[in-house]
Amino acid sequence: MKFETLKPILACAILSSFLVGCSSTPSSSTDGTDGSSSTMSTDGGVSTGSVDGGGISGSDIDVDGGIETVFYFDFDKSTLKPESLAALRIHAQRLIANPASVRLEGHADERGTREYNMALGERRGSSVQEFLVLQGVDASLLEVISYGEERPASLDSTDSSWSLNRRVEIK
Amino acid sequence: MLKRVSRIVFLIVLMPLSALAELSIEITSGVDNPTSIAISPIMMKGAPLAEDISAIVGADLDRSGLFSAMPRANMLSNPRSLSEVYYRDWRIIDMQYLVVGSVIRQSDGQLSATFSLVEVAGERVLFTHVAKGRDSQLRDIAHYISDKVFYTITGIKGAFSTRLAYVTAINEGGRQVFRLMVSDADGARERLMLKSKEPIMSPAWSPDAKELAYVSFETGRPAIFRQRLDNAKREQLTNFKGLNGAPAWSPDGKSMALVLSKDGNPEIYLYRFATKTFTRLTRHFSIDTEPNWMSDGKSLIFTSDRGGSPQIYKLNIISRKIERLTFNGSYNARPRLAADDRTLVMVHRSQGMFHIASQDLVTGDLRVLTQTRLDESPTVAPNGAMLMYATKRGKKGVLAAVSIDAGSRFLLPSRRGDVREPAWSPF
Repeated sequence: MKFETLKPILACAILSSFLVGCSSTPSSSTDGTDGSSSTMSTDGGVSTGSVDGGGISGSDIDVDGGIETVFYFDFDKSTLKPESLAALRIHAQRLIANPASVRLEGHADERGTREYNMALGERRGSSVQEFLVLQGVDASLLEVISYGEERPASLDSTDSSWSLNRRVEIK
Repeated sequence: MLKRVSRIVFLIVLMPLSALAELSIEITSGVDNPTSIAISPIMMKGAPLAEDISAIVGADLDRSGLFSAMPRANMLSNPRSLSEVYYRDWRIIDMQYLVVGSVIRQSDGQLSATFSLVEVAGERVLFTHVAKGRDSQLRDIAHYISDKVFYTITGIKGAFSTRLAYVTAINEGGRQVFRLMVSDADGARERLMLKSKEPIMSPAWSPDAKELAYVSFETGRPAIFRQRLDNAKREQLTNFKGLNGAPAWSPDGKSMALVLSKDGNPEIYLYRFATKTFTRLTRHFSIDTEPNWMSDGKSLIFTSDRGGSPQIYKLNIISRKIERLTFNGSYNARPRLAADDRTLVMVHRSQGMFHIASQDLVTGDLRVLTQTRLDESPTVAPNGAMLMYATKRGKKGVLAAVSIDAGSRFLLPSRRGDVREPAWSPF
């Protein structure tokens, strides 16, 4: 009886005594599989968000190429909007002419659950991927990475903000 | 209908590190007729201790919503042992229960807290108990007392000694910095587990509460990791193209359900630690995600949009038989089960708003437990009495809790940044 009563406290004690200094930097090595960001530079992450104003659909300009790199989607949808297609065709032509590895980063707005939104973000990225492959781009150049709702372009909880967050970014 | 208490019970400022979210507790409503209890000051030789044990116990019991702990200033006397208890002092103010106790230092340097629970009307001593620990464990001793008192009066095992894991996102120098944190169940003693400039998601406890699994984007893609709490040793478990998400430890701790999309779309897999092998459990072109275990370890519940909208399904991992569990509404996702395997909690959309709802798996009754519009990530306390979830207050992500009968509520507002994805530890 006496021992039993002590167990939880001892367990907590052991835990709390070790918890200090538990932090570890993201770059710390991990056992097993590759833990480095060798394929892509991820330092900038998804730090875009340079779209201004409410309700106005805008996108980042790639200064080198001058074509849109962010493509938006309707709520709960992963189908490409007609206005996205022209710019995506130009991306396809460029990738065929100058093959390079590209990340297709899919995003969702904050509504709904986080892991389900990861799946939605992936569907959107896959839509862009399928379109580019249909245009003749080598599929092995394209990697879809979903960020779900974790990297919003706009932090407000409004319709206009959400419409900016449902997107795929070509990087 | 509900008594509105609206007061800040206590504020925890543990470490002066700006990195911490600094959670506090704000009780927003309790039951109509909470049980009245007084916790007489628990001190050592009449001197205050480094942690105010009685205040912590009172706050624990208050937070449950089932109790109303008496403010110390209103007590007519402050007995430190049973011999100092004058029942009329407590009867006159209609107190139902009283806790008295004191702490001594033993010859081996340990602290020893002796405490008793007294029923005032019957003048009965319900128990006298002793708890021991080091100076650094005063809060553990307090939560231990709370658990003992709570169980004796309600018959429900107390969950005050458990912990919370959660993710914070704080804007630092123009970009979000993500942290995986662990705190006591009352939000105190926040500890940093992982800090990253890339998102951290989906923390999940091992059944022995000694490890966390989570999703980290630090490699440039989502990957599942497991990490020990005691020495921070961690291991990357997955590195597939596509989704690597929603880890859920099996009840025996030997395997993990998780989500991979390496074969084209999100499917649920079983990962066995011993063999490091992945077995695919679902096979459907729709989204299958957010697995959670039944306590027998033979079935999983999960979210799927195979029926056209996200709903909760149950999968027997041996027969692979799949059964739909939710039919009410067009969005039910991220299921979690209470330990009784009967109360299902989930995110439920109603009139465009995302609430937390519970469904009785026997009667099928659905009950919406929250009123705010962006509620997510429900997690049930191991005793099944309360659930915690993430919501928004203004633009900020905060944690909130509601009792499973929706009778009492509290918030854990943070001083800085967004707090999200609470995961309540097992006992």
